[in-house]
Amino acid sequence: MMKSHVWRPLYAVIGIVALILIARVLVVPDSFGVHERGYMYGWYNKADEGFWKKVTVKYKSSDYCKDCHSDKYSSIMQTPHAIIQCENCHGPAMEHPENPARLSIDKSREQCLRCHSRLPYPTSDRAKIRGIDPDKHNPGIECVACHNPHKPSLEGVK
Amino acid sequence: MISRRDFIKYSLQGIAAIAVPVTAIEIINPSKLFASKDAREIRWGFLVDTGKCVGCGFCVKACKNENEIPYDINASRTWVERYVLTKDGRVLADSPRAGRDGFITGRIELGQGKYQDIKNEDIEKAFFVPKLCNQCENPPCVQVCPVGATYQTKDGVVLVDRKWCIGCGYCIMACPYGVRFFHPVYHTAEKCNFCYHRITKGLKTACVEACPFGARLIGNINDPNDEVGRIIRTERVSVLKDEFGTKPQVYYRGLSKEVR
Repeated sequence: MMKSHVWRPLYAVIGIVALILIARVLVVPDSFGVHERGYMYGWYNKADEGFWKKVTVKYKSSDYCKDCHSDKYSSIMQTPHAIIQCENCHGPAMEHPENPARLSIDKSREQCLRCHSRLPYPTSDRAKIRGIDPDKHNPGIECVACHNPHKPSLEGVK
Repeated sequence: MISRRDFIKYSLQGIAAIAVPVTAIEIINPSKLFASKDAREIRWGFLVDTGKCVGCGFCVKACKNENEIPYDINASRTWVERYVLTKDGRVLADSPRAGRDGFITGRIELGQGKYQDIKNEDIEKAFFVPKLCNQCENPPCVQVCPVGATYQTKDGVVLVDRKWCIGCGYCIMACPYGVRFFHPVYHTAEKCNFCYHRITKGLKTACVEACPFGARLIGNINDPNDEVGRIIRTERVSVLKDEFGTKPQVYYRGLSKEVR
């Protein structure tokens, strides 16, 4: 016959396990469990997929711009810069024109040099882009002082 | 003479004996397994054309803004690497600020404030390689997560549950491609998720949208009419670190053996 001081810690352990199980039921959401990809890759809270689907879309693509800014859109489409999305220079449209009412424009020299700093790399299309040596071609002056990015051909030089 | 009871008993036993092997074969029918292996309607895949990439970095800029990664930290969900191979056999690679501001100088960043000038005539080959999460079919990052905070959705994208992540960093260590990092604001594991909020709405990812040269493409490779799927099936493409067995789903055109 075992005495009660032997049983008491056992009851305490059983109590703690029961508490953990109750806490687990309360804390772990129902959507947590094994999903499509099994235990190895699919053990997660399914509801979290919704969180990632709800992230705000910030870049709306040039199709979003073309109705209101059709003049700018159609003119740039005639140039080699047609391949550049408006938002690459004008910033993400978000909810424009409500929010933000005005978009910032990146007119910096560095913005143009992303492509037009000459790097004659073999095996890369970078070598095919007309470029300048930024240390020699009017250093310190913004490109837009002479060149119009919406009309980048040399006839467009101001 | 067999009794009625024995007749029924032996019949049932006989039927059971025949039925068991039939069901066993049914379970491991290889053709059925193969067919059911990818019966998913959607499997997102990515294609990078390294020849078309000019290293402008618009993809990195767009990704950081779209996915709210602090602009001035070096970590990024996607980045562009530059490889310069010289005629005397040196392999130089850099990705200053993840390529966010493009590559506007021929100087290679060596780290710790050191730079290396390379003369154009010394270059044997040089090219840019955009990198992003490979959304592996066997993602080691998901396998190592001890709490079930990172997982793969049915359409193949690996996501991180920010509420569940405990910040142990196992996944960051496990990824052979180094695509994971800690988000400096949320202090949880962070990674490219193919702009899950965009692709599930029928939009392209921010980086694909921003690329002026078509060096990046995203598509549903299980769709027989999809451009990315068609190129992967019919043209010469490769993946990064195939030998790891992770089955990456970002395919590359024009990879070179120096690319790690």
